Amino acid sequence: MKQRIISSWHSFIQLSKDPLLLGVILLLLLSLVLFIIYPLYKVVVVSFQVNGAFSFKNFTDVLTYSNGYYLKALFNSLWMGVATAVLGTLIAYIFAYSLTRANIPGRRFFNLIATIPIISPPFIGALAVIMLFGRNGFISSTLLGMQNASAYGAKGLLFAQVLTFFPVAYITLRGVLESISPTLEDAAMDLGGNRFTIFRKVTLPLSIPGVASSMLILFVESLADFGNPLVLAGAQFPILSVQAYLEITGMGNFAKGAALAFILLVPSVSAYMLQKYWVSKKQYVTVTGKPTQSSNDLVSPKARWILFGVCCLIAFFIILVYASIVFGAFAESWGNSSKLTLQNFVYVWRVGFESVLDTLAIAGLSTPAAGILGMIIAFLVVRKKFWGRKFMEFSSMLSFALPGTVVGIGYILAFNKHPLYLTGTLLILLLNFIFRYIPVGVQGGVAVLKQIDPSIEEAAVDLGADSNKTFQRVTLPLMVPAFFSSLIFSFVRSMTAISAAIFLVSARWKLMTVQIMSQVESGRIGAAAAFSLILVAIILVAMAVIKLILRLKYHTTSSILSQ
Amino acid sequence: MSVTLVKVTKIFTDQDDKSKEFTAVDDVNIEIKEGEMVTFLGPSGCGKTTTLRIISGFEKQTKGDVYIDGTLVNDLPANKRNSSMVFQSYAIFPHLTVEENIGFGLELKGMKKSQIKSEVDVIMRTMGLSALGSRQPSQLSGGQQQRVALARAIVTKPRVLLFDEPLSNLDAKLRDQMRTEIRRIQQQFGITSIYVTHDQDEAMTVSDRIMVMDKGRIQQLGTPFEIYSRPTNHFVADFIGRANFFSCMVKSVSDVVTVEVNQKQYQFPAFNKDVKAGKRATVVIRPEGLHIQKNSEQAFFNGKITEAVYLGATVEYEISVKGRTEPIVAISYNPVKEGLYKVGDEVGVTFDPISAHVIL
Repeated sequence: MKQRIISSWHSFIQLSKDPLLLGVILLLLLSLVLFIIYPLYKVVVVSFQVNGAFSFKNFTDVLTYSNGYYLKALFNSLWMGVATAVLGTLIAYIFAYSLTRANIPGRRFFNLIATIPIISPPFIGALAVIMLFGRNGFISSTLLGMQNASAYGAKGLLFAQVLTFFPVAYITLRGVLESISPTLEDAAMDLGGNRFTIFRKVTLPLSIPGVASSMLILFVESLADFGNPLVLAGAQFPILSVQAYLEITGMGNFAKGAALAFILLVPSVSAYMLQKYWVSKKQYVTVTGKPTQSSNDLVSPKARWILFGVCCLIAFFIILVYASIVFGAFAESWGNSSKLTLQNFVYVWRVGFESVLDTLAIAGLSTPAAGILGMIIAFLVVRKKFWGRKFMEFSSMLSFALPGTVVGIGYILAFNKHPLYLTGTLLILLLNFIFRYIPVGVQGGVAVLKQIDPSIEEAAVDLGADSNKTFQRVTLPLMVPAFFSSLIFSFVRSMTAISAAIFLVSARWKLMTVQIMSQVESGRIGAAAAFSLILVAIILVAMAVIKLILRLKYHTTSSILSQ
Repeated sequence: MSVTLVKVTKIFTDQDDKSKEFTAVDDVNIEIKEGEMVTFLGPSGCGKTTTLRIISGFEKQTKGDVYIDGTLVNDLPANKRNSSMVFQSYAIFPHLTVEENIGFGLELKGMKKSQIKSEVDVIMRTMGLSALGSRQPSQLSGGQQQRVALARAIVTKPRVLLFDEPLSNLDAKLRDQMRTEIRRIQQQFGITSIYVTHDQDEAMTVSDRIMVMDKGRIQQLGTPFEIYSRPTNHFVADFIGRANFFSCMVKSVSDVVTVEVNQKQYQFPAFNKDVKAGKRATVVIRPEGLHIQKNSEQAFFNGKITEAVYLGATVEYEISVKGRTEPIVAISYNPVKEGLYKVGDEVGVTFDPISAHVIL
């Protein structure tokens, strides 16, 4: 222990020779504590306090409230998390396996289809469920002629969540399957295994850690999801994140809201930790370089067509969802009149133009800030040794594990008093977005830095560059593509964020996502669809611009979404 | 432009357990003369690369002093030391073209663009890279990358050139070609050079002197001839080439060493100062120093051939001898004259005293 302190002291002394570096590190550590740890701490403190004293009363209160209504919400959230994880991973696995192993036709098309939900707002699924299966739903009412169909409840929500989150699992599993060298399967076939045996004995066991990982990620995403349950859950099927929100904004009960947030936090953080520190270390193989193509057919022609059929069915549902959004945006009155009109867009322009500008300003300002901070943190964490390095890495990645609802509640609890009175300001939204999307940049930056052989930086030093010049001339240029990739991701997330932001918007600063929600709540489905379409269009334009810059300036053609 | 190491020691501490220490370099003393090419040779983990990195300034020694050109450089960071390194991974900057890579060091020195261009052009011509100036590193073959790395290192006219296993990523044929080229360029420019490798052929080809290392310590420092023919200890004799070891009793030491092996007395030149009368020692004889004859009373050892590999110019024999666990390895260099023996033949092994050598 004493030696530890001494060596920490030594590393501190070393750093003090470089005051700029020391300043940056201290500033970053302080910001991470203030804008990630402190709000979280506030949630915990408020939930465990009654009249300033430690107590479990808030928890006993919420768990016994109204014949266990919140207990039911907890149970529903967990059940929904597990169901989404299992179903989403299953679909993603079929998709990923078909695309990497089964050689089905139209792989590029399917890959594109599977990545579309990633760039759209997380409640598009919910919106589509109402438009397809609701009272005036295209399938329920127009096609099947049902009178009082309801899209609300468990089934509708499960459909929306699986649709929203399966692409995340798909990207994870595709990476895992691609990293399994096909030569292993070739070897198994060579040793006399038939195709199904090879899948059962080689491919599947090797991908099990990836499957576990993807399930845990989907579980966390589903628990944290706010947009879909807000639209679809309804009073009959309460969901924890929504109930915590209603407790605070509806009844103004901060202590109970915080207690619900804490209850939500426990399974999310546990699953995240399990994924990060245990499952992700169990990956079997990592093949560096380009994935090699399999030399023989792993799937019989019959199985290939079955897989192709399943992929088509999944793609059909995704297309159906987006088609209904597009038609809904242009339809005069969804479900009643299919006449095409621009009136929804005119309405959105009138009501929501201000929120479009606000959202663009907030995302446009917070995204580069989050990206730059992410790169700096990645650089410090990978290349420098200093006291607090582990903490910096942990806290900057923590946002991935925190449900937005918890963060939102934490922010209003933490920043409603002087000297940190930020409620209702642009700043609180910016800070929230910056620190929420830092992990995207950190992850991308760390991945790139780990690929850059330290000898490349040493070569620059050897040729006479000091550490500053080396960073400027060698490290930074090599990180630029990762920086732009992280920009795309955090821009998409900022534009589509709702769960934390819904607590922080004000009359002065509005967000498109929140506006869309209120349109849905007041039954203006067409306007919500038009609004969503505009949002997706803005994202697509931004992505195209960033990709263009990348291609023109840095000659990289690597797919941004393949990360 | 000499390099001198005085009592250089490097101790690494375990990052997780500060009480665990590992001595990578242990009391190394060496003086490398101007224009000389010295190889650090040894198995992996012997401390050769760490010693090189201490000279370049990437690692700081725990104890001892490093002098370049007679100046103490202990506190001079790597970017201020006028040394250039050729890295094992080449470390070509992936975002710069070949020309930009080679000119990088000159640019840092603040040289004018036009002058950089002409210097880079000259070195590219010398290295046979002229056609590749505007290429991206990803478009180069391994051998070409190696040339770019070398060009980038020497264009800045460093006082010391450092090579960290520069050829280990090349295929065998290219490796042979490049090591001759490295030696040619080193001599053409007359740059003091240090070369780290674990490949003894490479060390033999390129070096003026070889420093054999093991477990952080210098085992022997000498010319390739000395290292091979007069190894000072068992490690060096075993690591460089193949050797037969015969345990012996030292009878007397004067200008010559008299030892008893296999109940017969032999006299050898006395090279090793540590060999003392009345103590046990080891006779080292390389396979090519042994001759095979019909078995006889006069032979050094008599035994039976257990393996005979005919390679045309040479024949390699393994002879098993009663009471020895290791077979004796002998190479016959003129099988037409010396005759061919086959497995199972009873033979006698003899040697020329000049080819043998006594170590502790």
